[in-house]
Amino acid sequence: MESPPFFKRGPSPLARLTFFVCLSLAMLVADAHYGYLNVIRQSLSLAIYPLQRVANSPRDLFEQVGGFFVTQTLLQSENLRLKEQRLLDAAQLQRFRALQSENDHLRQLLNAQRRFGEHAVMAEILHSGRNPFVRGIVVDKGSLQNIKAGSPVIDDVGLIGQVTRVYPLSSEVTLVTDKAQNVPVEIVRNGLRAIVAGSGQDGTLDLPFMPVNADVQNGDVLVTSGIDGTYPAGLPVGVVTRIERNAAYPFAKITCIPSAGVGRHRQVLILSGDFQKRPPAEPRASPPPRRAKRTGKGN
Amino acid sequence: MPPSRKLIALSLIGGLMLNLLPWQGFLLLLRPDFVALLLLYWCVNQPARLGIGTAWVMGVIMDVADGTLLGEHALAYVLVTYLALALRRRILMFTLWQQALHIVLLLLLLQGTLLLLHLAAGASFIGWSYFLAALTGTLLWAPLSFLLQLAQRKKTSPESKVSP
Repeated sequence: MESPPFFKRGPSPLARLTFFVCLSLAMLVADAHYGYLNVIRQSLSLAIYPLQRVANSPRDLFEQVGGFFVTQTLLQSENLRLKEQRLLDAAQLQRFRALQSENDHLRQLLNAQRRFGEHAVMAEILHSGRNPFVRGIVVDKGSLQNIKAGSPVIDDVGLIGQVTRVYPLSSEVTLVTDKAQNVPVEIVRNGLRAIVAGSGQDGTLDLPFMPVNADVQNGDVLVTSGIDGTYPAGLPVGVVTRIERNAAYPFAKITCIPSAGVGRHRQVLILSGDFQKRPPAEPRASPPPRRAKRTGKGN
Repeated sequence: MPPSRKLIALSLIGGLMLNLLPWQGFLLLLRPDFVALLLLYWCVNQPARLGIGTAWVMGVIMDVADGTLLGEHALAYVLVTYLALALRRRILMFTLWQQALHIVLLLLLLQGTLLLLHLAAGASFIGWSYFLAALTGTLLWAPLSFLLQLAQRKKTSPESKVSP
């Protein structure tokens, strides 16, 4: 029999342990399955935000000091390069405008719905995600800047990933290389549709569940197909680099490398807009991705 | 002379800042969990000042900061601080480097708990390098203890000069 404690110390450590373990488990279940705790997460993230900014400040300062000592010749050469690039882009843009008006006209003739324009917000990468189980980055635009979960994120070359969690002042982006991230794509060369899945490693993507005799070649460019309504059609996702066809397995093992990379720039574009309004007349837009693969086999 | 609550709070905020530094790639795997280390240090040395409740609050904050499921770090921190409180008399009998041998087990338990929770939530195993953070944390135990003892001594030394 335990004697009554001499000093008042509140509940015993074991009681506290049990209480807090139960509380944590309840929170885990509530967060994982029901998403009830979003309010707590949002407000706490707002409280941590200044600390996060301060923690990032050494790196920012380093970059500013580095930027101060950039030589003039470097700036001049970069300026020249950008001007050239701008001229080239302008030429492309003119062609694009002509094509777009032609496209609009044709769509009107076909009595189809116009595709809705998209709206882009530039965001800066704050830091890469600290959860080692998820490949992600954190950017400095959040729900106060009208960022919504599910929006695609791109850089100047292609698709980077998707906004998965939005805080008031920042948001988490899951990269296409994350294991849980799947993107519906089509091959530019022949229009074959497939789904690209992240491999969980830096710089590689998988093209799973493609039949051994599917028409895929090394160097094929994959772009988003737009049939899911999440990603707009035509964003480059990756390039096929290796194909292993083994008759023992029903599917070929196809590896791709992503077109876009987060290592290159600090800035990314977050697209928002309604990509779901697709012309209803197209039969190829309707089948779910699983069937798309089967039709692809016939090609 | 027990350290002020201010020092404990400041050290915990400092640990949180160190955790929030922009760690990337392999460095992220090497990142010792400073918050957990500080919680362990204070639980072993000043159990009257903070305990399982503080650990739980810091865990929830870390969950938000790391973008993990709410309750993951909280659960892991609560388990580890409980063990630290239970083992503290034994741990304090040893020198700093021998104490680190206890700490490595606690930190491995922390990482293991987080790993199990992630696996239960559907993530896939990312390799044994995940446990490296426990080792770097252990290496930091002795320097950290030394620094914090120094900070406590500095806090008290001016008063001791005044008193005689």
